Amino acid sequence: MGQTISEKILARASGKETVKPGDIVTCNVDMAMMHDSSGPRAAGKRLDEIGVPIWDTDKLVVITDHYVGYDTDESRAIQKLCDDWCESHGVKHYIRQEGICHIVLPQFGHVKPGTFCVGADSHSTTAGAFGAFMVGIGATEMTGVLATGDIWVRVPENVRMEVTGKLKPGVSAKDVILKICGDHGIMGFGYQVVEFCGDGVANMSAQDRMTLTNMAAEIGAKTGIIAPDAKTVELLAAWGVTGVNADDWQSDADAVYVKRLTVDGDALAPQVAAPSSPENADDVTAYKNVKLGQAYLGACTGAKLEDLRMAAEVVKGKKVASNTRFLVAPSSVAMREQAAKEGTLKILEDAGAQILQSGCGGCIGLGAARLDEGMTGISSTNRNFVGRAGPAGTKLYLASPYTVAASAIAGEIADPRDML
Amino acid sequence: MIQKGKAWKFGANIDTDVIAPIQALKRDKPEEGYVHCLQDVDPTFAKNCQVGDIFVAEENLGIGSSREWAPHYLRACGIRVLLAKSFARIFYRNCFNLAVPALVCAETHRISGGDELEVDPIKGEVRNLTKGETYKCDTVPEHLMQIVADGGLLDHLKKKFKKAS
Repeated sequence: MGQTISEKILARASGKETVKPGDIVTCNVDMAMMHDSSGPRAAGKRLDEIGVPIWDTDKLVVITDHYVGYDTDESRAIQKLCDDWCESHGVKHYIRQEGICHIVLPQFGHVKPGTFCVGADSHSTTAGAFGAFMVGIGATEMTGVLATGDIWVRVPENVRMEVTGKLKPGVSAKDVILKICGDHGIMGFGYQVVEFCGDGVANMSAQDRMTLTNMAAEIGAKTGIIAPDAKTVELLAAWGVTGVNADDWQSDADAVYVKRLTVDGDALAPQVAAPSSPENADDVTAYKNVKLGQAYLGACTGAKLEDLRMAAEVVKGKKVASNTRFLVAPSSVAMREQAAKEGTLKILEDAGAQILQSGCGGCIGLGAARLDEGMTGISSTNRNFVGRAGPAGTKLYLASPYTVAASAIAGEIADPRDML
Repeated sequence: MIQKGKAWKFGANIDTDVIAPIQALKRDKPEEGYVHCLQDVDPTFAKNCQVGDIFVAEENLGIGSSREWAPHYLRACGIRVLLAKSFARIFYRNCFNLAVPALVCAETHRISGGDELEVDPIKGEVRNLTKGETYKCDTVPEHLMQIVADGGLLDHLKKKFKKAS
């Protein structure tokens, strides 16, 4: 019987020939990531309580991204705590304020196909876009990993999610995953692994695929994964990971899936998820006269270099509606620099966008992109639960970078296909 | 370890952003933020919840972020057991790690807020003393109950490393 890519990774990490769904195995962690919110001040502090060292300083990456900037006493204190803890514990891979962890992690060369990884953040699933099996865990569970280097895993069932065809102009991976949220719900794949595949995925850029696995968290999945191909190898090489053989980490033809589902990529329209759940997704054309106080391009989901390019394509030569603020927080510093160098950032700024510091920011209701009391916004982020991006009375719609940009120009939810 | 207490009843899709709102996490002492727990759903919860009370919900309890403050705040409010038709996986693991057993129970719709419940995780049984009914719930794997019995994963690890040294 064949194995899926996920089963091959879990078998290798647990030192077994094969594993099957339902098995409880103990896996050795190839790489662990934690950030300034879950890391030194939480998992780190608890490791010190136990009084043992980090199991392997080569395998731990600490990234600051939640409390960025030095504008509050709180963020300064958390930054210092991270600095001190990483220094005193000999952390070799400490990345300060370079952008959001799920983007910075692969960008700094820490994600490799075939590896078993954990991250103390729910969107750690993002690394699956590179053929890694990475799951989100809580800070106490991360303490266990820091101390022992292993973790128990119940081997999940696999779902094969085939995206057929090729996405139309103005449609992106975000629309695919919102469509899946809408069709299957936010717990549609509880405890399962969703393997994205098909021509629709093959036709996507390696960077855009990160949006699919990022939001595996919003369909209840344990994680999402995409078998690596030549595009994956090329992007990883650009980010400093060489010697990758994509053929080593593919699902077998006779691998077992509990469900085989498809998304029609050719027919897919831009999707918008209404407040207050990603599963409230529908075609953009279903939303009429939804006036917006804010349009936000940000987060690990929706402000990567290619997301910024999508938005620029829409807003080029246009101006943001006078009663809407358009805020852009590039996912990482390197991506912001590249966007500045190539002129993408200038196109956004000329349209009236205000560029914010790279970090989790508005997605979790922090910083300048926090929604005002009673405000309605649209955002390229991943969650719109009550109270996440602003006070409880705010309303947040989720959409792709194309749709967020078009909506910023129109001042209301707008179809990007009319502006390209 | 049978747990007896009063039920607090909630619906489906109670997410970690409402259990542990960002305003609570931003306090100088986030551990005191439990006073904001579920404020957008039931403003009386954090104030009136008693130690030993039982949190009952429908599907998808704990969807959303990996923030451990969510089970931490529920425990700080007094909750000692969670019953739901299904749980989000990170939240589920976090609950055991913080010594609040999370039990899958298909019949939580039969429970009303205020019902007196008796929960037996080992037998996999929920007794509704108010309504005179008994429901099945999942039994919990032994290694997870050991973590709960030790007071959570942290204390469990302390014990383990103490033994080793």
